[in-house]
Amino acid sequence: MSEYVLEIKNLKTQFFTQKGVIPAVDDVSIGIPERSIVGIVGESGCGKSMTAMSVMGLLRKPGKVVSGEILLCGRDITHLSPREHAKVRGNEMSMIFQEPMTSLNPVTIVGKQVEETLLLHQKISRAEAKQRVIDIFREVGIPEAEKRYYAYPHQLSGGLRQRVMIAMAMICRPKLMIADEPTTALDVTIEAQILELFKKLRDETGTSIILITHNMGVVAEVCDYVYVMYAGQVMEQAETFELFRNTAHPYTQGLLRSIPSLDEKPDRLYTIKGVVPNLLHLPAGCNFSTRCSQCTARCREEKPQMYELSDGHKVRCFLYEKGGTQ
Amino acid sequence: MKKDTFDQAAEQNKAAAFHVDPTEQADHSAEIGENETFMDKLRQLIRQNKLAAFSAVLIILIILIAVAAPLLAPYDPAAQSLRDRLSAPSLAHPMGTDKLGRDILSRVIYGARVSLVIGLVPTFISMFIGTILGLFAGYYGGKTDFIIMRLADIMLAFPSLLLAMVVMYTLGGGIINIFVALSLVNWASTARVVRAQTLSLKEAEYVEAARSIGVKKTTIIFRHILPNCLPSLIVLFTLNIPSAILSESSLSFLGIGAQPPSASWGLAVTEGKKYLFSEPWIPLAPSFAIMILVMAFNFLGDGLRDVLDPYLKEQ
Amino acid sequence: MLKKILKRILISIPVLIGVVLVIFIMLRIVPGNPIVTMLGEHVNQKTIDKLTVEMGLDQPAYVQFFKYIWNALHGDFGTSYRMNRSVTQMIMEAFPYTVKLSVFAALISWTIGVVAGIIAAVRQNRLLDRLFMGGALLGVSMPIFMAALLLQYIFAYKLQWFPISGYDSFSALVLPSIALGWNSAGSIARMTRSNLVEVMQDDYIRTARAKGRTEFGVVVFHALKNALLPVVTMMAIQLSSMLSGAVLTESVFGIPGIGRLAVNAIENRDMPLLQGTVLFTTILIIIGNLVADILYSVLDPRIREVK
Repeated sequence: MSEYVLEIKNLKTQFFTQKGVIPAVDDVSIGIPERSIVGIVGESGCGKSMTAMSVMGLLRKPGKVVSGEILLCGRDITHLSPREHAKVRGNEMSMIFQEPMTSLNPVTIVGKQVEETLLLHQKISRAEAKQRVIDIFREVGIPEAEKRYYAYPHQLSGGLRQRVMIAMAMICRPKLMIADEPTTALDVTIEAQILELFKKLRDETGTSIILITHNMGVVAEVCDYVYVMYAGQVMEQAETFELFRNTAHPYTQGLLRSIPSLDEKPDRLYTIKGVVPNLLHLPAGCNFSTRCSQCTARCREEKPQMYELSDGHKVRCFLYEKGGTQ
Repeated sequence: MKKDTFDQAAEQNKAAAFHVDPTEQADHSAEIGENETFMDKLRQLIRQNKLAAFSAVLIILIILIAVAAPLLAPYDPAAQSLRDRLSAPSLAHPMGTDKLGRDILSRVIYGARVSLVIGLVPTFISMFIGTILGLFAGYYGGKTDFIIMRLADIMLAFPSLLLAMVVMYTLGGGIINIFVALSLVNWASTARVVRAQTLSLKEAEYVEAARSIGVKKTTIIFRHILPNCLPSLIVLFTLNIPSAILSESSLSFLGIGAQPPSASWGLAVTEGKKYLFSEPWIPLAPSFAIMILVMAFNFLGDGLRDVLDPYLKEQ
Repeated sequence: MLKKILKRILISIPVLIGVVLVIFIMLRIVPGNPIVTMLGEHVNQKTIDKLTVEMGLDQPAYVQFFKYIWNALHGDFGTSYRMNRSVTQMIMEAFPYTVKLSVFAALISWTIGVVAGIIAAVRQNRLLDRLFMGGALLGVSMPIFMAALLLQYIFAYKLQWFPISGYDSFSALVLPSIALGWNSAGSIARMTRSNLVEVMQDDYIRTARAKGRTEFGVVVFHALKNALLPVVTMMAIQLSSMLSGAVLTESVFGIPGIGRLAVNAIENRDMPLLQGTVLFTTILIIIGNLVADILYSVLDPRIREVK
């Protein structure tokens, strides 16, 4: 595998609330290779967004990175000063969010908002900046780019707003773009277009993309590599094809089984029983033990490590302690 | 009216609030249960907002002082003693005496009665009127709504102190007339808030359900809608009390409110203001009394609003 | 946009008529003969009859009402009974004092209020926040007359920095303006803070951070504009209510403005004068609300678009 654009080593992010310490991200290690789209999958509250926010340095109180390292192109950005961190954000790494409806400033025209990113990080004239904005609007597929430059967010559709967000994230040609559920709020047809756009951007600009989603279908469509997270931990990681072919972790198996299939028509959709455990009161053993269909006594008492199944395929489950298949 | 733009803005705010990333909120909000009772919230208030809790204690204390005034006041508040007039604070008269030799401390203690009654009773009456009108305007809509709300617009167009002054002109001075003036003047803002809430509650599923099985309109209004307006009403009540107290003291200060020999604090300030430079405690002691009581209610109201009804903040 | 403003102005007209009607009715349901109320018990019947005709009180109420509106539209608010002068003229003489006082007070309170509100929001729950918000609540809770008396005592009497009363010089205006503005500074500060704190939770603030704005830039370039929108509306409303509500301040500092006129009218039972001043100030308030509303829709592109 080629060099990593982003390397997260044993990241621990915790929220210090009045009711106790919440381990939102617990010992997560992730590597993002160049020119790749990497998916991070999991249910609500599994820590995927918090991983992203930690990387971006956007954690708000009471959240804090407790330990671990975040390396962007080999440079440690874990403990940058707020000012230094701001220089990196939007420039070398950028992020787009789930809610295109509310993620743009309602009282400023979108052209200026995209331009702002450029002017913050590069010394160029306003006229030049404006031209670059219109160029990137075209690149991300915004029709009538000159006219849209002057549009207010509320005058654009959800899909267009998300394209504006992507334009904003891409305009400085970052090494890495994190997309947090970028298509969840959009129509299925728009979703497909946006995903195509991601692939195109990756191919044409070389920007690596982290795609955070809860949708296995999205993962299958665009991701080269996948991390499955549960309750703040990575449960399984593999190349996309490998993950779908040799699904190892019971949780991942559950996730895949809950996708309705066209071939079989079961009476009920499959669901993983139970709910995500409260992060304040995690089980003593494996975090998934409370819902796992193959749970053993050991699972309830001891926390499993990551075990390597094959090259690049790792899984956090005692079933694979000795490697190989079940 | 101006309400419209606020409504829109508020709605946008609300919409924004609902779009908070559910994936990440789940991380912490799982801990904060949704079905807290009123008592839970009060407990929360006492725990988190020490100032509000302290204010509540202070208010209770002032109420007790007002009730027990005859026992606590060292002198008869109306007893004049020309020999002791304008004396400085001393052991015998902790806050000094006024121009007629009346003990200021005793008068301040008795004045609490005036301010508390003025704060509580007309506020309750005006809010009662406002609530009823707001409920009907919101629920029935159409002409009822139009007439009531235009009336409210008119009332709100007046500067409230000036309107109260006009009422006082018509009725003449005196505590009872202040009652009437303040009850008449302040219903409109309550009506607006209640109407807005009724409008949204009207669309709530349980209200639709009640309607669909033929529950009487008045029953729906008083059984299903009114109870849900109560948190806002409690907050509004707490926050309207200080403004009523301020109105009374302002009217009395201008000489068109409470009349001598009432122990009203506002009247005491105006009677004492010509001694500001020679015996400053005469006008300032009752002023501080007003401020402390008003502040206590404001702190409490603020605290209550934070725990009971964050939505009301915008209004 | 223009259509919307026009519509908004049109809506104000019935409110205005309603306001006149309310004042009109209220001043006329005074129990007993209004002339006797005005002049006292010792007036003789001849004077009563003469005045009744002179003031048009013998005509039906609705005739009186429309006549009053008609005259008011022509800038004639009637004749002060006590002073035997045109009410309009008296108001126009008093108004400049109130305007000077209010504008000065507004400038002071807006500056202090907005700055304190921003600082408090940025330093949320820290010492400075607590301090400013404590001060703001003090401002909201202190009766205006108390602020006026305290300022007078400390700065005019003890320190002798400013004159105790008067209205001609700039320095005479300082204390009254602070007394009058103190209150609104408190509410502006509270509103600025709560709006800013709320706006800082919005998604586009996260976007601004993500694009590399420092915390300072986020507040200045993204949050403020959104947070201050409603505050600007409040400012317009406040200015108009200061213009009409300077009653207490004017009374303490002896400034012959509109407020004093109203108090004098009540003391002298001068009904036409009271009616005129109340009507005049209420019209100011209605205009103020109108301006506030229009300002809001001009400033906010979301509302600007709505046809």
